Amino acid sequence: MSYLLFQVSFVAYILAMTVYLVFFFTQKKYVRGLARKLFFAAALLHTANIISRLVAAGHTPITSVHEVISFFAWSIAWCYLSFRWRYTVKNFGTFSSILVVLLMLVSALAPHAILPLSQTQHSWLFPVHASLAIVADAFLALACIGGLMYLLQERELKQKRFGFFYSRLPSLESLDKLNQHCLSIGFTLMTLGMFTGYIWARQIWGGRNWHWDPKIVWAMITWFLYAALMHQRFTMGWRGRRAAIVTIVAFVAVLLTLVFLFKGVHGHGA
Amino acid sequence: MARDTIVLLGVNHKTTPLAVREKMALASGYDQPLADLRRLDCLDECFLLSTCNRVEVLFTCNDPDSARRQVLDMLFAGSVSREEVAGCIYQHRDEEAVRHLFLVASSLDSMIVGESQILGQLKEAYRFASEKKTSGMVLNKLLHKSFSVAKRVRTETKIGASAVSISYAAVELGKKIFGDLKEKRVMLVGAGEMAELAAEHLVGQGVAEVIVANRTFERAVKLAGCYHGRAIGLEELVEQLQDVDIIVSSTGAPDLILTREDVAPVMPKRRYQPLFFIDIAVPRDLDPAINEIDNVYLYDIDDLNNVVEMNKSERDKEAVKASRIVEEETLKFCGWLENMEVTPTIIEMRSMADQICRDELGRTLGRLGSLTDKEKKTLEKMASSICSKMLHHPIRYLKTDHPCVDQQKRVEVVRTLFNLDRDGSDGS
Repeated sequence: MSYLLFQVSFVAYILAMTVYLVFFFTQKKYVRGLARKLFFAAALLHTANIISRLVAAGHTPITSVHEVISFFAWSIAWCYLSFRWRYTVKNFGTFSSILVVLLMLVSALAPHAILPLSQTQHSWLFPVHASLAIVADAFLALACIGGLMYLLQERELKQKRFGFFYSRLPSLESLDKLNQHCLSIGFTLMTLGMFTGYIWARQIWGGRNWHWDPKIVWAMITWFLYAALMHQRFTMGWRGRRAAIVTIVAFVAVLLTLVFLFKGVHGHGA
Repeated sequence: MARDTIVLLGVNHKTTPLAVREKMALASGYDQPLADLRRLDCLDECFLLSTCNRVEVLFTCNDPDSARRQVLDMLFAGSVSREEVAGCIYQHRDEEAVRHLFLVASSLDSMIVGESQILGQLKEAYRFASEKKTSGMVLNKLLHKSFSVAKRVRTETKIGASAVSISYAAVELGKKIFGDLKEKRVMLVGAGEMAELAAEHLVGQGVAEVIVANRTFERAVKLAGCYHGRAIGLEELVEQLQDVDIIVSSTGAPDLILTREDVAPVMPKRRYQPLFFIDIAVPRDLDPAINEIDNVYLYDIDDLNNVVEMNKSERDKEAVKASRIVEEETLKFCGWLENMEVTPTIIEMRSMADQICRDELGRTLGRLGSLTDKEKKTLEKMASSICSKMLHHPIRYLKTDHPCVDQQKRVEVVRTLFNLDRDGSDGS
């Protein structure tokens, strides 16, 4: 049942992405309305999928690779929708839906059996820590997409060769606002996630709460990167190109952390 | 004698990069170049137009090839090499020249098709030519006709509706950088007509404040008053960069007024908020290297052209209609040229003079006896040059558009003076 819902929502995401791409090329307004509805429907279906999986497993479905990535895609979809509700950034939906579809694809390829919780995951802190971290990563992913769009648009404006992207991308100012908005929320959630992770670690490992584990090290590096960027943004007024580049680099660190997640001490997939 | 050829030489934004155009622009005004051209014997009438997008020289002459050489040397010898000029200049004759002038006047050849500034610039240039009396009957008629063609194009097509001036393109770009232009501050450097147009557009977009910097403070105050802005001196320019977002520069200064070194230190103080420079001056006011600074965008006139190119297609349909009008008027004008009445009189006058020359030469040579061929040639040359010098002013009188004596009358006067109709009252 839950896997069927997953497949249906995957198809709905693909449809939404296709229609978004049609809008991107043709720039016809009524196409965008359709794309939005499809994307919203897909996100709803995906939510149903996660709830039904929660019921089936009896715990928050973030234990296997399939589940984590599906949850990540779901968070991005809803973060996008929450952002969309407050701001308009032209064609942001196109880029976001591509990322969601890619993640869903990875998730669909991973084995989707429900895994029992490991010894350490029985704590109530585990779902809190994990979902905070994933939702934070979703906001940071959106910031990264915004950064890429910024760099594309800035290139056109600086080189004064107005090609394909110029008319299709939003203004630099709105992309910079998106960066600030997503970073502020993402960084706050990430900090909370790190903090709950720290308490969880104390719980399970007792006093020996620091492990030289690549996942934790990468998480720290990532956190420091974002912390530095936030600091520069708010005190020095860093913005634009520089902020966009750091956002993208820091998101690569996030992805590396996720890779280590599936191998390291947390051992979800094992 | 054949009718004079109308020749138009020019460079515009399509054929020539800004870097060359700014060297060719007649920075010192029209007076001196017009006076220079007047001294050229080969030209009958002449007219000059120099704007930031084009330099056009219009003249009538007998020998277009040598006139072209002399005119170009006279105007551009100091600033641009001959090869460079030859590489970018275009030349139109007679019908082609008429058509080109009509296209320019009706703004079909402009960077922003349909903008209306060019007509004002053309009229201004014509005012100089008529004050200096360098334009004669043909050019007067041609220029007046071009004004009325422009007017016809404006009223019969919608070409002026979509784009009005370079500032339209600037507003488009500003929106891509700032999202919307509300709450943005604009600084105009130079208070000329271009600056005024830009201000008009930006205020229409709801900008928060307009600041005007100008060499003559009085003019700055005046312009600032129109937009409830404030005026500053040129010395305060760098200081003001901290507070403004959009800078439109259009001074007539020959050198750069802001360099990269002026702008770069301002950015941290502005907390790296974007700065948008628009340089519509020729020669350029702003250092092109300014564009390399992060979050700073600099566009000069040529760059704005690219923006304009993009929303061109809508205007193309109207342009077709406008071109038809131009074509129609060109044909009409050429018809007038053919029928120019003065020509037969001039031909008769010249042939009479030639006859006298030949008669007198024959008599004199007969009396002198033994002369070498070379000596004979020299004498003949002298006689014919006396003739043409004598006829120069009468011919000019015929061709010039006189305000009080109409052409028919002048033709009569000349014919009587030279006894071209042989009524026999004073046969000599």
